[in-house]
Amino acid sequence: MEDDAPVIYGLEFQIHIIDFDDENNIINKNVLLHQVGEIWHISASPADKGVLATCYNKPSDSKVLTCAAVWRMPKELEPGSHESPDDSSSPAHTLELLCHLDDTAHGSVACVVWEPTGDGRRVISLADSHILLWDLQESSSQAVLAGSASLEGKGQLKFTAGRWSPHHTCTQVATANDTTIRGWDTRSMSQIYCIENAHGQLVRDLDFNPNKQYYLASCGDDCKVKFWDTRNVTEPVKTLEEHSHWVWSVRYNHSHDQLVLTGSSDSRVILSNMVSISSEPFGHLVDDDDLSDQEERRPEEKSQEPPQDSVIATYEEHEDSVYAVDWSSADPWLFASLSYDGRLVINRVPRALKYHILL
Amino acid sequence: MNFTNRTGLCSQHPDTIRKMKNDFRKMEDEMDRLATNMAVITDFSARISATLQDRHERITKLAGVHALLRKLQFLFELPSRLTKCVELGAYGQAVRYQGRARAVLQQYQHLPSFRAIQDDCQVITARLAQQLRQRFREGGSGAPEQAECVELLLALGEPAEELCEEFLAHARGRLEAELRSLEAELGPSPPAPDVLEFTDRGGSGFVGGLCQVASAYQELFAAQGPAGAEKLAAFARELGGRYFALVERRLAQEQGGGDNSLLVRALDRFHRRLRAPGALLAAAGLAEAATEIVERVARERLGHHLQGLRSAFLGCLTDVRQALAAPRLAGKEGPGLAELLANVASSILSHIKASLAAVHLFTAKEVSFSNKPYFRGEFCSQGVREGLIVGFIRSMCQTAQSFCDSPGEKGGATPPALLLLLSRLCLDYETATISYILTLTDEQFLVQDQSPVTPVSTLCAEARETARRLLTHYVKVQGLVISQMLRKSVETRDWLSTLEPRNVRAVMKRVVEDTTAIDVQVGLLYEEGVRKAQSSDSSKRTFSVYSSSRQQGRYAPSYTPSAPMDTNLLSNIQKLFSERIDVFSPVEFNKVSVLTGIIKISLKTLLECVRLRTFGRFGLQQVQVDCHFLQLYLWRFVADEELVHLLLDEVVASAALRCPDPVPMEPSVVEVICERG
Repeated sequence: MEDDAPVIYGLEFQIHIIDFDDENNIINKNVLLHQVGEIWHISASPADKGVLATCYNKPSDSKVLTCAAVWRMPKELEPGSHESPDDSSSPAHTLELLCHLDDTAHGSVACVVWEPTGDGRRVISLADSHILLWDLQESSSQAVLAGSASLEGKGQLKFTAGRWSPHHTCTQVATANDTTIRGWDTRSMSQIYCIENAHGQLVRDLDFNPNKQYYLASCGDDCKVKFWDTRNVTEPVKTLEEHSHWVWSVRYNHSHDQLVLTGSSDSRVILSNMVSISSEPFGHLVDDDDLSDQEERRPEEKSQEPPQDSVIATYEEHEDSVYAVDWSSADPWLFASLSYDGRLVINRVPRALKYHILL
Repeated sequence: MNFTNRTGLCSQHPDTIRKMKNDFRKMEDEMDRLATNMAVITDFSARISATLQDRHERITKLAGVHALLRKLQFLFELPSRLTKCVELGAYGQAVRYQGRARAVLQQYQHLPSFRAIQDDCQVITARLAQQLRQRFREGGSGAPEQAECVELLLALGEPAEELCEEFLAHARGRLEAELRSLEAELGPSPPAPDVLEFTDRGGSGFVGGLCQVASAYQELFAAQGPAGAEKLAAFARELGGRYFALVERRLAQEQGGGDNSLLVRALDRFHRRLRAPGALLAAAGLAEAATEIVERVARERLGHHLQGLRSAFLGCLTDVRQALAAPRLAGKEGPGLAELLANVASSILSHIKASLAAVHLFTAKEVSFSNKPYFRGEFCSQGVREGLIVGFIRSMCQTAQSFCDSPGEKGGATPPALLLLLSRLCLDYETATISYILTLTDEQFLVQDQSPVTPVSTLCAEARETARRLLTHYVKVQGLVISQMLRKSVETRDWLSTLEPRNVRAVMKRVVEDTTAIDVQVGLLYEEGVRKAQSSDSSKRTFSVYSSSRQQGRYAPSYTPSAPMDTNLLSNIQKLFSERIDVFSPVEFNKVSVLTGIIKISLKTLLECVRLRTFGRFGLQQVQVDCHFLQLYLWRFVADEELVHLLLDEVVASAALRCPDPVPMEPSVVEVICERG
């Protein structure tokens, strides 16, 4: 289990690599110094576990500019390597800069997203009103701008979030600016769909359903979480209104996409069970197991209730706004959330639900 | 004894007796002579009789011949007499003659001469029958004479069944004419006669006609038995059905109209009129069908009134919107919210009362159908109480709630004041109006029906829930308006290179102004509510919390970057002990709770926005000034002023954390700036 946590302490900026040993319930922490500035966004390469990208504020007296760069962490800190039995006395490690994703002409970078299933060479960065596609060459030491597109319109348009779809051979990216969600084709860098007024207020985060094409979740300042079918952008498929303040983060479980995690500045993390729009039809897993048993199981299945979307749990461990939530990439039943006060909470999906989904 | 006496007499008067003996002897002689005379007379008489006998017989014979001749003469003259009768129109006479001759002619038809007469008669009779039928068909003569025609035709031996048919066919012609004239009155253009006139006409024309036909038929064809009665019933059913169709078409034209009294009177006439043929024609079921029509119309009226109430409510809402949107003339205040609310409430109530009064006409005692089971039971309970009144209150709540999830997410087109007004309206319904209206309804419509009805408490709960949702939405909308102001003001400013603060930023004044305006607005409709008791000097409390030990502890260490962990730890420990602020707790029905909700949302937004920016020293100081200003003016609106402190504390502390050079302004200077305004 790995989680990267940007924490602001005065003027020193760090990346924490936290190892969670599920079996022994032990947490280990390694600190990486990020000397170039305050980190606003962080994302790990899907192909190389030692590589990550950050968006950071460049310290400046008169202006705040957010830049982006790709880094490599020291070998011994890579998750899963047990080379260094961590001793807290050891000095903080330093990141190795691979390349800058900077193009100062484009403005502040809001986020960097990696191509989800590629070889870790393609990256999108969102800088103000520009969407930039980078090709990382020479073992990521060189970033070449492969394509770009810009938002056109009146006023100061600014991307706030982006997400790369794992479907359609990774040719689609969704972005959010103000209340609008847009889809882009990375081959032509042109807009493919646009959800105007997706939320009443600013859209904070997006996530694609990993198992169901076209399905996209979004959340925002109107306290809502919405689920979209990008083929029909006039109406959301489903809307959740469980939070009482801005929803900052929304994440589908990687394996069981009915499990949706949201974090909000009402200090709560909510785990929802969105059965009705999941890729796993109700009773599907049972059905496919054994066809010969089908007849015996039918009546039993019918007597069960139709799928109901529900909130599974509300986690209240945080004392301040929760800004990030994510699922473990190793264990589908484990997730972490991070709040303003620097608290990282790791939770498990309730056992009863886990067995209900598995059996 | 007499003998004794006479013996006595004889013995006493021997002279008298002797004389008497003489007299007797004389008398005897005379008697003998008389006898002889009589014998002579008898002999003579016998001789005369014998002489006359032959002649007498001849005379008797002659008399018989004479009578026969007269009969024959009648028969021979019959054709011409019949012809004459027919020509003169004395059909009755003709039928009587024909009746007299028929049997004889029948008997002697083998004789050629009689045969000829019979043939003639038959021709004439056929003509007679034809003429009778003709007359019958022409119809101008009216039903009684027609009945006579039928009677005569029956006497002529026409087949009864055929006559039934013809009678009905003829009646049909007349009744259809009535129907046609009724239909003409329907017309494509707006109906000229009102509905009462229409049903009156239908009643006297068609229904009256039908009654006549039915009674005449029953009189004439009583001998036909059940088959004949069935024929009549089928006839009445068919024509009645067509009449009902016309009436319903006419009634349908009334659906839009408002006047129930005319309609009820018309229905009453319609229904009353059909009771007579109903009795005559029980089998045709016309009375039941008529009752059904009346019931259907009553149901439709209820639906119409419900629709009317709904649109009245929507009309009220439009009026309120217009009043709210009307530009305020300088010096002249528009109608206040309380006044608008009172207008809406009284307008709806009077509409409800008017509707109740209108549908109450259906149950008036003098109305012929009001004693039908439907109007005594279901109409009152399911129709009026549930369908109309409960239905309207529910639809009102629904309409009101629909403003909460309006599709226009961007603030929505609904003015917040309308939400507030509707919320109060629903709350008033919960507390008083619903039970008042339902009591009124139950009193007017004494419900005898045992079917379950919605209890007052359920309806009240629904109204309360609607009121709560509306008020919650109001808080969200107003909170959003202020939030947006604050968000824009934080997002668009360059906090790093801002100058040393000399003033409170205009946006903060605007926030306070708007909050005050909201406070006034809510105060117009909602009671004050309770505040948490504070120390007596709380009103004078300035934003000196920054100098409090708690605050010092909070971010003083951030001056010294050497101890960052401590700050964080301290802050966390503090949070453990301070109650977490629920940004959105359920709203209560009072002003303080509403304002608390709005201010919480706004300040939380300010906090989140501040955390996203980086501040220079003066930027931080500006935030300090702004927050102090907000503190000065916002505390009075909320239930627990500690809440405002906490949130504003958090704002300043967060700004300090986001500041590389956190040098706060002296509290005294902050105060001076804020006092200057």
